[in-house]
Amino acid sequence: MTDSKYFTTTKKGEIFELKAELNSDKKEKKKEAVKKVIASMTVGKDVSALFPDVVNCMQTDNLELKKLVYLYLMNYAKSQPDMAIMAVNTFVKDCEDPNPLIRALAVRTMGCIRVDKITEYLCEPLRKCLKDEDPYVRKTAAVCVAKLHDINAQLVEDQGFLDTLKDLISDSNPMVVANAVAALSEIAESHPNSNLLDLNPQTINKLLTALNECTEWGQIFILDCLANYMPRDDRESQSICERVTPRLSHANSAVVLSAVKVLMKFMEMLPKDLDYYGTLLKKLAPPLVTLLSAEPELQYVALRNINLIVQKRPEILKHEMKVFFVKYNDPIYVKLEKLDIMIRLASQANIAQVLAELKEYATEVDVDFVRKAVRAIGRCAIKVEQSAERCVSTLLDLIQTKVNYVVQEAIVVIKDIFRKYPNKYESVIATLCENLDSLDEPEARAAMIWIVGEYAERIDNADELLESFLEGFHDESTQVQLQLLTAIVKLFLKKPTETQELVQQVLSLATQDSDNPDLRDRGYIYWRLLSTDPVAAKEVVLAEKPLISEETDLIEPTLLEELICHIGTLASVYHKPPSAFVEGSRGVQHKRIPARAGSGESAESSDVGQSGPSEAPPAVIPSQGDLLGDLLNLDLAPPTATVPSVQPSMQMGAMDLLGGGLDSLMGDDSDTLGGDIGGSPSMGAGLGAAPAAMPASLGAAPAVGGGLGDLFDLGGGVGMPTGSYVAPKTVWLLAMKGKGLEISGTFARRGGIIQMDLTLTNKAMSVMTDFAIQFNRNSFGLAPAGPLQVLTPLSPNQTIDVSLPLSTSGPVMKMEPLNNLQVAVKNNIDVFYFSCQYPLSLLFVEDGKMDRQVFLATWKDIPNENEAHFQIKDIHLNSDVASNKLQGSNIFTIAKRTVEGQDMLYQSVKLTNGIWVLAEMRIQTGNPNYTLSIRCRAPEVCQFVYLCYELVLKN
Amino acid sequence: MIHSLFLINTSGDLFLEKHWKSVISRSVCDYFFEAREKAVEPDNVPPVIPTPHHYLITIYREKIFFVSVIQTEVPPLFVIEFLHRVAETFQDYFGECSETTIKDNVVIVYELLEEMLDNGFPLATESNILKELIRPPTILRSMVNTITGSSNVGETLPTGQLSSIPWRRAGVKYTNNEAYFDVVEEIDAILDKSGTTVFAEIQGVIDACVKLSGMPDLTLSFMNPRLLDDVSFHPCVRYKRWESERVISFIPPDGNFQLMSYHISAQNLVAIPIYVKQNISFFETGSSGRLDITVGPKQTMGKTVECLVVTIHMPKVVLSANLNATQGTYNYDPVTKILLWDIGKLNPQKLPNLKGSLSLLSGAPKPEENPSLNIDLKIQQLAISGLKVNRLDMYGEKYKPFKGVKYVTKAGKFQVRT
Repeated sequence: MTDSKYFTTTKKGEIFELKAELNSDKKEKKKEAVKKVIASMTVGKDVSALFPDVVNCMQTDNLELKKLVYLYLMNYAKSQPDMAIMAVNTFVKDCEDPNPLIRALAVRTMGCIRVDKITEYLCEPLRKCLKDEDPYVRKTAAVCVAKLHDINAQLVEDQGFLDTLKDLISDSNPMVVANAVAALSEIAESHPNSNLLDLNPQTINKLLTALNECTEWGQIFILDCLANYMPRDDRESQSICERVTPRLSHANSAVVLSAVKVLMKFMEMLPKDLDYYGTLLKKLAPPLVTLLSAEPELQYVALRNINLIVQKRPEILKHEMKVFFVKYNDPIYVKLEKLDIMIRLASQANIAQVLAELKEYATEVDVDFVRKAVRAIGRCAIKVEQSAERCVSTLLDLIQTKVNYVVQEAIVVIKDIFRKYPNKYESVIATLCENLDSLDEPEARAAMIWIVGEYAERIDNADELLESFLEGFHDESTQVQLQLLTAIVKLFLKKPTETQELVQQVLSLATQDSDNPDLRDRGYIYWRLLSTDPVAAKEVVLAEKPLISEETDLIEPTLLEELICHIGTLASVYHKPPSAFVEGSRGVQHKRIPARAGSGESAESSDVGQSGPSEAPPAVIPSQGDLLGDLLNLDLAPPTATVPSVQPSMQMGAMDLLGGGLDSLMGDDSDTLGGDIGGSPSMGAGLGAAPAAMPASLGAAPAVGGGLGDLFDLGGGVGMPTGSYVAPKTVWLLAMKGKGLEISGTFARRGGIIQMDLTLTNKAMSVMTDFAIQFNRNSFGLAPAGPLQVLTPLSPNQTIDVSLPLSTSGPVMKMEPLNNLQVAVKNNIDVFYFSCQYPLSLLFVEDGKMDRQVFLATWKDIPNENEAHFQIKDIHLNSDVASNKLQGSNIFTIAKRTVEGQDMLYQSVKLTNGIWVLAEMRIQTGNPNYTLSIRCRAPEVCQFVYLCYELVLKN
Repeated sequence: MIHSLFLINTSGDLFLEKHWKSVISRSVCDYFFEAREKAVEPDNVPPVIPTPHHYLITIYREKIFFVSVIQTEVPPLFVIEFLHRVAETFQDYFGECSETTIKDNVVIVYELLEEMLDNGFPLATESNILKELIRPPTILRSMVNTITGSSNVGETLPTGQLSSIPWRRAGVKYTNNEAYFDVVEEIDAILDKSGTTVFAEIQGVIDACVKLSGMPDLTLSFMNPRLLDDVSFHPCVRYKRWESERVISFIPPDGNFQLMSYHISAQNLVAIPIYVKQNISFFETGSSGRLDITVGPKQTMGKTVECLVVTIHMPKVVLSANLNATQGTYNYDPVTKILLWDIGKLNPQKLPNLKGSLSLLSGAPKPEENPSLNIDLKIQQLAISGLKVNRLDMYGEKYKPFKGVKYVTKAGKFQVRT
């Protein structure tokens, strides 16, 4: 009674038999025949010849038979496109069937038939199914859009399916949302710049709600999509983190890892001193450990990702060393990964345990694993200085075992230990020399030869040892030959009397008898050096070597950041950026971890978008703040406390301003804003009452606070900043004055960090080193936040670009002009002084957006004498573009109104030292001259703020 | 997304292929065969294999390789989890997941695969839903089907599929309402030569068999929930209540399912139920060695240790073993080099001992590596972590169910180094 009967055939010819059965009148026989066809298909037999006969069976009420025929169609339609057309009618009819299962099945199958002619017929049924009343059909249709896009992208765009798909993100059914996200993500992958997944706080909220209710697979899609979002500030990122954390307890490991990705990325934005940051770190460890008790395949992927995580945030797993201990029946691919992570977690605290384990592994059966274990011991010695001695003695013990490959690996790593800790462990050389004969691998031979050459003066029979290698010089690999050449030259320089013959021999072997250009070149260089200037030769060959660094195989930080954004993907398994290997992704966007919010005081920097990819377009968000204000206003008492009316007796400037501008601003919006302004106590009450009104799914109370805060933040409704303006570099220090050192530079504010970009050019004849920089006291306390990073010596005619982060916590002294900065740069030659001027926009902080009411109050509060007027000429921008441009430099537009063709922009700016600057900008259509009025309690800054306006608008 | 799936047995025969997008030639599996060859042991085949145009993601279950082909960037864990789900579904449907059963039920297998994935997106993976769409084969049903001509494909949309509780179908009815929970704990441990614990942790699961009518809402509470700091739940569990009250509140799926799994880490003290005294040594000359193993109880909380089995993976040069066991039977397989000592119940009064000589390949050098011991055991009525269920309450339904909790402790990856 099993299906294996479908595989048995008679001798007459299978296809022939099947054909007859398919055309049989009996339903049961037909079904059996189709089953036989399917069975043949599963083992890869070509049964496409039966196409017309199978398609004939399609018109049936029997669902099983229908499904079987569909299965067949999907496989073979492509090879018989003309025949496949025969099926179209049935599909179209099925899409209208009252049974949702059949409607879904039809649209699903149709999408799988990759024949152009059929896809044309698919559009109408698909459009209907996307709006079907049954969510099962809608979710199937969502996936179908992705299928169709894969076959004919243009068609999908022309038919507007993408928009329908985007609408489905707001569907009431979480499964539909999840599938829509999945489909959009897949389409977006082939259109990296298409902005399909336009993520904004509203959609994010919808996704987070759907996250709780959809299937495990849907959760993966949603989490992966969330990971692409850039939260605007640390509060938003915390509230997302809070809602994602429960996913860490999911039974599906892919859900867990995707959640880890979101958390790893977003926690970057949280200030480190936040309590929640610590809590989150603690929550990440257990789920990662749990992944290691899953099936080995899952363990492998988890381990590759943990490898990245411990490099980025070692603190998460620092106490979990033991879970990475290797069990002897782990598959080899798991063993090797565990070993790697053990070394990364090794520290002084646990090194004893680690070494004991590694020694244990060195006696295992698997050669690859044993080798890696031995190497790991060496890496521990280099990483944890206190353990070096123990490591060396462990390695010596292992050498005593005389197991060939163990000895060879041990020698290779001991060479590295010598280079890290010179003149400390050379006593072991004698033991190493005993094993000279057993070395048969090039790397080990080269290492041994290096040791002999380097310590020739301490090895009595160094010449004999090296000579013994020389006999088979031509059979050695290049690595060994090169090493041997260098070692013998070293030996000669140390003991010139006895080894003249040897060195001549090796030089002639290298230069005359070798075909390898590298070897020949090196030979000639040594030869010339030795024959012209032996003293110089000594200086060159026996020069002190730089110490090798601690960890050699760390992933480069920018790559690591990108990989952290790809946790759980293939990229994280290969430790390569996706652009390096994924074929389907054409020009994948590089993902970046968001920047941490500004240093403490500017806790809600909204400027992170600037440092991230500019994926999100400047979408104008409807001002929800106003709506909310409106609502509150309705619910609560009418605005009793009205704004103190503007006195006509105000002085000239204010008259003009408030009369024409603010007054009507209030007048216009009075229904909404009036409540806001007047009823600020009622606002507070609204806030307090709000959590009760919010849907419970929003999560714990703090999350609600965050969510509400986000809503208010939206108030301004201005799009993403376009990035702050950075002036081109100007020369600050002429080479003439700097004894050959030329410095040019500029200032920039990037993601809340002030940077001084310098270009150093060495126009002198000698090498410059030891650079350092210092600032004189200045008006805003600017000071270097770190040393000047010029690590390599600057050789003649070389230019280097350096970015120096600045802080504003230095000593303050008022300068003339205000933005003057006196700088001292030192190098090995002299100390040079110069002064430069920075644009004040450098100091405009990201949270300089004032509340409307506060703005009004402040404006009135500042005495009129403090107001300054300026003209900005020749600007051909409309007010929106201008305000967007200004926002890039943290000049925030709080309100805008239009009176008689005049656009009035009300703007605020906050400086790093907490000074607020308020401005009103008038733009008359057709008039390229803007009028700017600036009010500030410290009137001396007005002039410089005006200059910034001009600079930003004109560039 | 997942493009295609190939099933391959240990001897390298490709016996089933399924494509969810266009057909990919099975020659893509050549890269798998290459890796398979290199790995020697089937366990060691790397799970992710890159090829010039595709990626192969593989799992090895029940002597079958599930090789999936993907073309774009897909989370590998997603694919691996899905493949495991496929294997579990086969097990669930056919009682076992083997080449024979898959071949015997090839049409159902094909229908299942089609139902589980659409264009590479998972469609229905919950066994409850699948069983409504495609009925599992039973002898009775296939007889009925042959006689009446009815099919084993469901004609209506599964009820649970779109509800907010997709794991439970509506209208469940039982005459005997019962809910049983098994707390199963496995000890993963590494003990060193001297018997000290290098590493130990407990992997626990709570398996449930719930056969209750209607829509019961259950709450399970523990005497000592503090033990659980690292848990993974079935999607039915309300996480918020766990966070706030440390109780497990859920509307259960119908039938057998895993309610939760937990992990008690190495930091906490993990009780080790037995100790092993062993001495395996090889002589420098004479191509022979000695073996002497004694097992005794350590922290068993007064319970009996059962099903005790010691497995030793001997070095390649060991030809045969001539041993004497005071209890149980031993067997040495000279081909796989595995020495298996099946002890059975551990009697604390008379400790089992296995002693004797090993003979090596003559002339072979003394083996370098020391064989590790693998221990298997079982303790009934005990959760070694001390976890205890306090009570189970049911809301939402009026009847009184039968309730029961069973505890069992097993050895997981329990190794003793020598």
